[in-house]
Amino acid sequence: MAKITLDNLRHSYMDAPQHDDDYALKQIDLDWADGGAYALLGPSGCGKSTLLNIISGLLHPSQGRILFDDVDVTGLAPTQRNIAQVFQFPVIYDTMTVFNNLAFPLRNRGMDEARVMARVEEIAAMLELDNMLGQKAAGLTADNKQKISMGRGLVRDDVNVIMFDEPLTVIDPHLKWKLRSKLKEMHQKVGVTMIYVTHDQTEALTFADQVVVMQEGEVVQVGTPVELFERPGHTFVGHFIGSPGMNVLPCDVRDGSAFLNGVHMVVEGPVRDVAGSRTELGIRPEFVTLADSGIAARLRKVSDVGRHKVVEAIVGDTIVSAIVSESQQVPDGEVFLQFAPEQTRVYADGWLATEKGATS
Amino acid sequence: MALELRHITKKQGADTHIYDTSISFSAGGFNVLLGATNAGKTTLIKLMAGLEKPTSGQIWMDGVNVTKLSTQKRNVSLVHQFFVNYPHMNVFENIASPLRVSGMAKSEIAGRVEEAADILQLRPMLLRRPDELSGGQQQRCALARAIVKESDLVLLDEPLANLDYKLREELRDQLPELFAGRKSIVIYATSEPSEALLLGGQTATLHEGRVTQFGDTTSVYRTPADLTSAQAFSDPPMNTAKVVKSGPEIRLSDTVSWQATGDVAGLSDGEYTVGIRPHFISPLEGKDGSVGLNGTVLVTELSGSESVAHFDIGGQSWVSQSPGVHPYRVGENHAFYMDPARCYFFAPNGRVVG
Repeated sequence: MAKITLDNLRHSYMDAPQHDDDYALKQIDLDWADGGAYALLGPSGCGKSTLLNIISGLLHPSQGRILFDDVDVTGLAPTQRNIAQVFQFPVIYDTMTVFNNLAFPLRNRGMDEARVMARVEEIAAMLELDNMLGQKAAGLTADNKQKISMGRGLVRDDVNVIMFDEPLTVIDPHLKWKLRSKLKEMHQKVGVTMIYVTHDQTEALTFADQVVVMQEGEVVQVGTPVELFERPGHTFVGHFIGSPGMNVLPCDVRDGSAFLNGVHMVVEGPVRDVAGSRTELGIRPEFVTLADSGIAARLRKVSDVGRHKVVEAIVGDTIVSAIVSESQQVPDGEVFLQFAPEQTRVYADGWLATEKGATS
Repeated sequence: MALELRHITKKQGADTHIYDTSISFSAGGFNVLLGATNAGKTTLIKLMAGLEKPTSGQIWMDGVNVTKLSTQKRNVSLVHQFFVNYPHMNVFENIASPLRVSGMAKSEIAGRVEEAADILQLRPMLLRRPDELSGGQQQRCALARAIVKESDLVLLDEPLANLDYKLREELRDQLPELFAGRKSIVIYATSEPSEALLLGGQTATLHEGRVTQFGDTTSVYRTPADLTSAQAFSDPPMNTAKVVKSGPEIRLSDTVSWQATGDVAGLSDGEYTVGIRPHFISPLEGKDGSVGLNGTVLVTELSGSESVAHFDIGGQSWVSQSPGVHPYRVGENHAFYMDPARCYFFAPNGRVVG
């Protein structure tokens, strides 16, 4: 187990990168605490796989260092880094029994059989694989195979970090829940540093204590799931996390006050100086309500998604979503929207530009 | 336009993939096939496409028996989970290919391709090859090929499963609009309950080779016919527990019981299974009549706006899903409250009775 530090990291796949755009990773400085559960979240092409490959040693960064417990490992080969990896598709030996699959990484390191036995049985019990230890892996279901893959990572107690790369892609939704909570439970029990790479916000938020959100080779926000949800630091985070994502509406800012189509909007707190920037209002659908007065809008669509309804209305040229209760009646045609002031924020060129304080 | 499956079965050696199934789909709105992996979704799609022949039974399209017709003669479009495009053709040629096969005049083809490309925002990429596109663009190309010709039947087999979450959200939003106003019968297979709800239309729940229920999507969701349909249409999974009804009392355990109301009050005494979706179990005391459940918290998950707690009561695992952030402590005892009016009652044979 180890603390992981990414120091002044940059990477380009080009021989002679010139501009920022030539870098798949633009500039990363991060500290991951020993024993933490982290997620690396972002759309395809955001650089998360590049970062993963740099940490595991498959890729040498163009610039910067990787440290495990303050020891520089940038020059070390993958096998010298003591990392366990779990991939999208199960990596197991079909012809071996479940037991031998789990024992393999331990025997490889010359552990004595008595300890192998004890450790395999302990991990198998946690993963609920203990009743199939004697079976050949070949005949197992996809989720059990993936559990073995996870088990092969978890069984070693000498790893610096376990990295999961979209591990639930091939798993059915009703089993994803189980495996995700199993993984979370394992983290709570084993306490090893884990990094979970995914494009799926639900997986990232449910697994991780800290989520690193990436876009176009940059880290846009690091925070707890609650922080990312409640106060997105960038409109991208607001959009990417949440379903539907945060509403973003063009607005004007004059003398520290925000105006939507000429109407003054009360926001969470003081607005910083945003002169010369593109300014927008951000509010999550969870905090938009239908009312008898307020922002005039035209109803576009109502979707009944079971536990609530998603209402889409058009304000000016922008679609605004609101989440309302299953039982709420939604009028046709003209509607009025209210934005909860303490959840309404101003963004300047995409970045959060309000401070939390007395609403203004 | 109507597609009718009459007593279809499909066996492969000793395995039965589809048991005796009769169902009829019509044009207008989506028809969703909802079920877990191996429930039979893809087998049904292949049978409807003509890629496989049923072991017994017939398939009728608009009053014509097409059971023995090849795929080429059925006027079908099919989009798979994995992006299938012709790698040596550019996007324009990929989209145009079904029109060329049908012998359409060149002048007309260009217009149709551009129209489909506009709808799927592929206009700037018409001259690129599939390997120069992102995953989302490749799948949009496959979708464009499916809509460019007016097929009688459009089969979409988990078309969004391999796309990024946000892209999935976007395309899912556009899909119903894409087919609105067309005469095609659209059938969409998915393993995700939330996807079925967002697409609307009609939903058939599948379980182990059987269609367990078929009807308006929201009514199948709210009034499941049986336990398997209810479970297929619940994510996170529906909580289930054995209860005993005796007189007016429903008893779940030594410490948890409540008074039967409504339909349930009229049930005969005996053993039932209750099912309740996780969002009707809250850590906050609800309205009058809510039933307290005390459990040990096993795992907690936070999905931004919602908290999920897995908790244990007497060796059985329960799930609660509620808006907001709740300070659960793993390993500690917490109180949860369930709304008994939201419980489904299933008879021992699985049929819903209340």
